[in-house]
Amino acid sequence: MAFVAIADRDHEHALHDPQSFIRKYIWSQDHKVIAIQYAIVAIAIGLVALTMSILMRLQLGFPDTFNIIAPQDYYQYITMHGMIMVIYLLTALFLGGFGNYLIPLMLGSRDMVFPYLNMLSFWFYLLAVLVLCAGFFVPGGPTGAGWTLYPPQAVLPGTPGASWGIICMLASLAIFIVAFTMGGLNYVTTVLQARCRGMTFMRMPLSVWGIFMAAILGLLAFPALFVSAIMMALDSLIGTSFFMPAVSSMGEQTVHTGGSPLLFQHLFWFFGHPEVYIVALPAFGIVSDLLSTHARRNIFGYRMMVWAILAIGCLSFVVWAHHMYVSGMNPYFGFFFATTTLIIAVPTAIKVYNWVLTIWRGDVHLTVPMLFAIGFIFTFVNGGLTGLFLGNVTVDVPLSGTYFVVAHFHMVMGVSPILVVFGAIYHWYPKITGRMYDDRLGKFHFWMTFLGAYAIFLPMHYMGILGVPRRYYGYPDAIQFIPPSVHEANQWISISAMLVAATQLVFLYNLIHSYFKGPAADPNPWRATTLEWQTPQTPPKHGNWGKDLPEVHRWAYDYSVPGAPEDFIPQNVPHSETTPAGREHGVPT
Amino acid sequence: MSLTVAYLALATGIAVWAVLVTRLRAKPWEVPAEGVSDNSRFSVSAKRIGLWIFLAVVTSLFCLFLSAYYMRMGQHAGHGSPMAAGDWHAIRDPSILWINTALLILGSVTMQSARAAVAKGQVEQTRLRLFAAGLLTVAFLIGQWLAWREIRYSEFFTPLNPAVAFFYVLTAVHALHLLGGLFVWARTLVRSLRKDVELIDVRLSVELTSVYWHYLLLVWLGLFAVLLST
Repeated sequence: MAFVAIADRDHEHALHDPQSFIRKYIWSQDHKVIAIQYAIVAIAIGLVALTMSILMRLQLGFPDTFNIIAPQDYYQYITMHGMIMVIYLLTALFLGGFGNYLIPLMLGSRDMVFPYLNMLSFWFYLLAVLVLCAGFFVPGGPTGAGWTLYPPQAVLPGTPGASWGIICMLASLAIFIVAFTMGGLNYVTTVLQARCRGMTFMRMPLSVWGIFMAAILGLLAFPALFVSAIMMALDSLIGTSFFMPAVSSMGEQTVHTGGSPLLFQHLFWFFGHPEVYIVALPAFGIVSDLLSTHARRNIFGYRMMVWAILAIGCLSFVVWAHHMYVSGMNPYFGFFFATTTLIIAVPTAIKVYNWVLTIWRGDVHLTVPMLFAIGFIFTFVNGGLTGLFLGNVTVDVPLSGTYFVVAHFHMVMGVSPILVVFGAIYHWYPKITGRMYDDRLGKFHFWMTFLGAYAIFLPMHYMGILGVPRRYYGYPDAIQFIPPSVHEANQWISISAMLVAATQLVFLYNLIHSYFKGPAADPNPWRATTLEWQTPQTPPKHGNWGKDLPEVHRWAYDYSVPGAPEDFIPQNVPHSETTPAGREHGVPT
Repeated sequence: MSLTVAYLALATGIAVWAVLVTRLRAKPWEVPAEGVSDNSRFSVSAKRIGLWIFLAVVTSLFCLFLSAYYMRMGQHAGHGSPMAAGDWHAIRDPSILWINTALLILGSVTMQSARAAVAKGQVEQTRLRLFAAGLLTVAFLIGQWLAWREIRYSEFFTPLNPAVAFFYVLTAVHALHLLGGLFVWARTLVRSLRKDVELIDVRLSVELTSVYWHYLLLVWLGLFAVLLST
């Protein structure tokens, strides 16, 4: 037994079950409750962002009909839509929602290592969301600077929300980063220290690997956003010149001089690129688990999948300037970043091949989670391929600032991870609620969303190649290079978007109705191997495992093991219990 | 920027080595030989790991602030032109900063001696030294505030001067982290004062608090050196 310093020896903490309603569901330190709190707030604010996007699409598709939407409003919608979706929905939902729920359960521990800090992180997140929403009510409204908040425009008059809105946004981001740091410390430390007996790193499910790496990325990358938010707030409030050059605004010289907008871009994208991997890596991990469970196959190349997650995480820190190809940088700078960007495509592609090889000739059950997981593969390949175009400097120059970029990042960040979110919610719904959702509504939801996403974003690729610029309020006929077909495409996209948005109401109905009226679910309806399905109660009670923690004897992917009596062997089944028949075939079970 | 990238390369290198190289050779689909190896968790408490990870995050924050500092000053690594931005007027750092530095060093030393006392099980000594360390840190913060005032009322104060702006930002961020540390220090002190708490239960808190103090001292020494040299 390794020596453990006296101060570090764990003290036996008695499990105190919370008793009152407030302690069980409001000021709860239970990771499951916190996860659901995160998820509810994230989905709620996500619906606000969805509304923003509908308003945008109304303006773009039918500009004459909706002339109550002014240009300033339009820019506020795109900014809030972008910031909310990326940070307050996707990041919070994947790490705060899924991370909190799954990590302790998949690792066989009773809770996170710092439950009080976990609880604080949620309340700080909620505060961040409230401060963000306050921006809708301050004079001038929320900021319309674009989710990238580039100075100097972000703090100069002429940009909506340049006085109050931008401050609300920056304060909200700062609070979110504090919340995220608290949460991230929990996730990383729990994975390092609180795994149950037998749960080595290489027996962890890929969902945990994805969330773990994303948490590390976030811990190291969010400070860059924090730094830029503080400095921009100071520029706006007390007249410093971190980012503000000598600029003339509204016909007058401003007080600022000497600042560097480029400095902001470097800081922002140093955060911004890892951020997209913070969104993508948990999705990668979760989809691996969905595919292997519903195809009754072990994930193909587990070690390479782990390696790829780690490599993508590390490489994501050296590609940031591919967002800055048109900033006037030295071409050699662009060459370096284009190279690293193409290199990061390699582990990503390896993952795609492995996902496909996992389901190849598998016993594929086209359940709703499986449909979403396969939908992820399609849309992610689509989005990833367009990323190759944009990752090359010369090809990026004509495509930058066009709808091609919009199509790319929506496919790869908006559609694919959201499909994984849906798939994951359907997959774990029976575990979280103890009920089963309605299967037909789920399939309807899938097909409408999947086909609808293509209907929305496929035309945008062509628009981008034509040169249609993004972040434009409208395309009057005076812009002669834009043909009438673009206006028709915009109408088509807008109608599709509204249909897809309406479909999400079906999803919400399914979740809520099934919670109250759905049939009771089997504790392990998908016959999965991972630990969260082996809890003594469904939904798991406080403490998760009852009196004894589980003991793990095998990896997370013993599906369809030759010679085994069933097509799955849970992780906590000892080798002595599995049939000796398998040994006749020379394959250990 | 290259400073931060270098730090991150180092941090990820260590993480990669710790996790990948030592673990990736495992073949989890095979039946392990008898005597399954343990979970390979580090034999330290979770709180200690949590603190080290938090320190990595804080390091990232300060490295980024310093990168911004250097970039704003015009010393863009690899960008060619070494010409300083025209509005950078180096400020005369207030001499009180030297006293503050000495106070912080004393605070760290006292904190370390508190740690030694708790290891020896000396209750009274621990409480005294903890208290003294906190007092010295508060004195440091007051000294910082005096330094701020000195610059505020000096002839070269203007928010437009990035040297001034960065002076405030860097020292403020450091001071805020110290304030957070004082919060933890206060809780540790109160727990050590309680009659019903064993010293052994406070020991981890005292150790981790002293680690944090030493870390913030290192950060301050780095910041001070940067401020003095530019």
